[in-house]
Amino acid sequence: MPKTLYDKLWEEHHITTLDSSESLLYIDRQYLHEVTSPQAFEGLSKKGLSPWRLNANIATPDHNVPTERGESFKTENIKDEISKIQVTELDKNCNKFGIKQFDITSINQGIVHVIGPELGYTLPGMTIVCGDSHTSTHGAFGCLAMGIGTSEVEHVLATQTLKVSKLKNMRVKFSGEPQEGVTSKDIVLFLIRTIGTAGGNGHAIEFAGSYIESISMEARMTICNMSIEAGAKVGLIAPDATTFNYVKDHSQLSEEEFEDAMSHWTSLVSDNDASFDKEIAIDVSLIKPQVTWGTSPEMVVDFDQEIPNLDFVDGENKRNFELAKKYMGIEENQKVTDLKFDRVFIGSCTNSRIEDLRDAAKVVDGKKVSEDIIEAIVVPGSGLVKEQAESEGLHIIFEEAGFMWRDPGCSMCLGMNPDQLKPYERCASTSNRNFEGRQGNLGRTHLMSPLMAALTAVNGRVVDPS
Amino acid sequence: MKIEGNELIIGGVVASIDRDNIDTDQIIPTEYLKSIKKFGFEDYLFDGWRYLDEGKLGVSKNDREQNPDFILNQAPYDKATILLTRDNFGCGSSREHAVWALRDFGIKIVIASSFGDIFYNNCFKNGVLPIKLDKNKIEDLFQKMSDSSADLSVSLDSKKIFQNENELYSFDVEDNLLERIIYGLDDVDMTLKHKDKILAFEQTRMKNTPWIFSND
Ligand code: SF4
Repeated sequence: MPKTLYDKLWEEHHITTLDSSESLLYIDRQYLHEVTSPQAFEGLSKKGLSPWRLNANIATPDHNVPTERGESFKTENIKDEISKIQVTELDKNCNKFGIKQFDITSINQGIVHVIGPELGYTLPGMTIVCGDSHTSTHGAFGCLAMGIGTSEVEHVLATQTLKVSKLKNMRVKFSGEPQEGVTSKDIVLFLIRTIGTAGGNGHAIEFAGSYIESISMEARMTICNMSIEAGAKVGLIAPDATTFNYVKDHSQLSEEEFEDAMSHWTSLVSDNDASFDKEIAIDVSLIKPQVTWGTSPEMVVDFDQEIPNLDFVDGENKRNFELAKKYMGIEENQKVTDLKFDRVFIGSCTNSRIEDLRDAAKVVDGKKVSEDIIEAIVVPGSGLVKEQAESEGLHIIFEEAGFMWRDPGCSMCLGMNPDQLKPYERCASTSNRNFEGRQGNLGRTHLMSPLMAALTAVNGRVVDPS
Repeated sequence: MKIEGNELIIGGVVASIDRDNIDTDQIIPTEYLKSIKKFGFEDYLFDGWRYLDEGKLGVSKNDREQNPDFILNQAPYDKATILLTRDNFGCGSSREHAVWALRDFGIKIVIASSFGDIFYNNCFKNGVLPIKLDKNKIEDLFQKMSDSSADLSVSLDSKKIFQNENELYSFDVEDNLLERIIYGLDDVDMTLKHKDKILAFEQTRMKNTPWIFSND
């Protein structure tokens, strides 16, 4: 029977079917960070167990770390006492169990989904888990990668396996060439707008088509990253020459290991006649830059469109839209381009890779951040991204324009560290969630691409990129 | 959970929140994820809606300005054991803290038309039962629960929902998941019974795909 890529990855890792009809899958890699791991380590200790396969695990602190650290910053320098406890706890647990950690002092520290691929720990065909829903990012390499809860983090530490039920197969085919100024972020936002935040529930989404084949690993990661915002905990892209070149550059594999692996990796594609439970086709050439206007990632409009008028919205959505408009402080008949912004955040595991920073720097070059903007920050996803950007002089472009150039971490993507919105502040953000209070109590988030966010910084408003 | 006749029953006050897409940031804001404990999240459940001031980890609800309009601040809903809501409840992040907050507050059952995948899974690991019902039944339940004295009871054996002894609907949930709630089973212990199979699988995998283990 013809198989999908997801079916193949599932079978390759399938240990046994349990009485419960769930399956036990072997887990190749687990990423750990400070927020969802302390209770898992505690559980492991209580049971008197140690990690099943130590080197399957890689840890780094990201959610809580301040992004103004400068030289020789250590865990004990974190000002927020409670954040410090969590980062310290990760240090302690990694030392105690012998888990490899890129700690706050390491050049390799960064957002867990940025450093995994970049350091070559994410390899095609792996099963990858992390106590973080954006683990779907790693699917860009043809991995079966998914976010799990803390109980499951403990389970994977203890058994190297995960109990899971098989998902259904869904395929999204993107064809055509994008217009000038349209990036992979716009394309994934358009998808979420089209199928809704529950559109992928219960499915693994494979992204395919000529557009996907044409884009870089960074752009593919942005798309897989946000599959969770479309409801799918797994997003996948079949590995191809682009993938193999990236892996060759980033992994520690020897020539021999790489060749050996290649012969397996090339089989990781959906068979021609494989059938999918759900299929969607999207012509990307019709997509304009996308911006969210509300408090759910499906509340998206073209940058120059009007925000849905409540008179024309049907029953069920009406209530949601009304609440969202009220929260976001949007009046009737306003457009996104009418809104005045207070802050700009370029970063997060969706858009903090080198390509994202290059995109943003290009439109900022030689310009100044608008006087209306209180603060615009650029937060590279990892120490290595930061180093690369600095070697290209991008930090100078940003700083001369009036942006703050920060140290790596999740930063303003979520309100756990000092980078937060104040109540009612409006932010152009390259992150992935515009939920109420996500970037700080009562803060107002508009998701968009790095290019559009950079333009918003320069103009104080959302403007036409062309 | 109590036994009535031969049936395991969970019952009590139903709090209704009439919203779609209630995400994990609404259930518990990120500030509270800084805890390294697994319990004590009850005061932070729905923090952004429940209080008028901004909260901090460690500050209890008695020292906060409560929002009198929010249902969980009103009797009898402040003792609710069942939460009724709409579509895609628990979408967003994988944080188990969202379930811990519901559990610590005393919520034992969440009834919705659909759930975020990861949240749904996390519920069963913490003794919270998520029940999926069709949208029209949810609509009907919202009508039926508009009276403040309305409560429900749920039979875990027959998978049925009752109001005052009258059967309203049956629901579907996989038996193995339900058993985890009934018996409080520990997944790690259960899986380690398959230790030999895991070891054998791992050995073969090391042979067939050695590059996966190259940094071991
Ligand atoms: S950058 Fe944001 S979405 Fe990504 S892991 Fe950090 S907090 Fe989560």
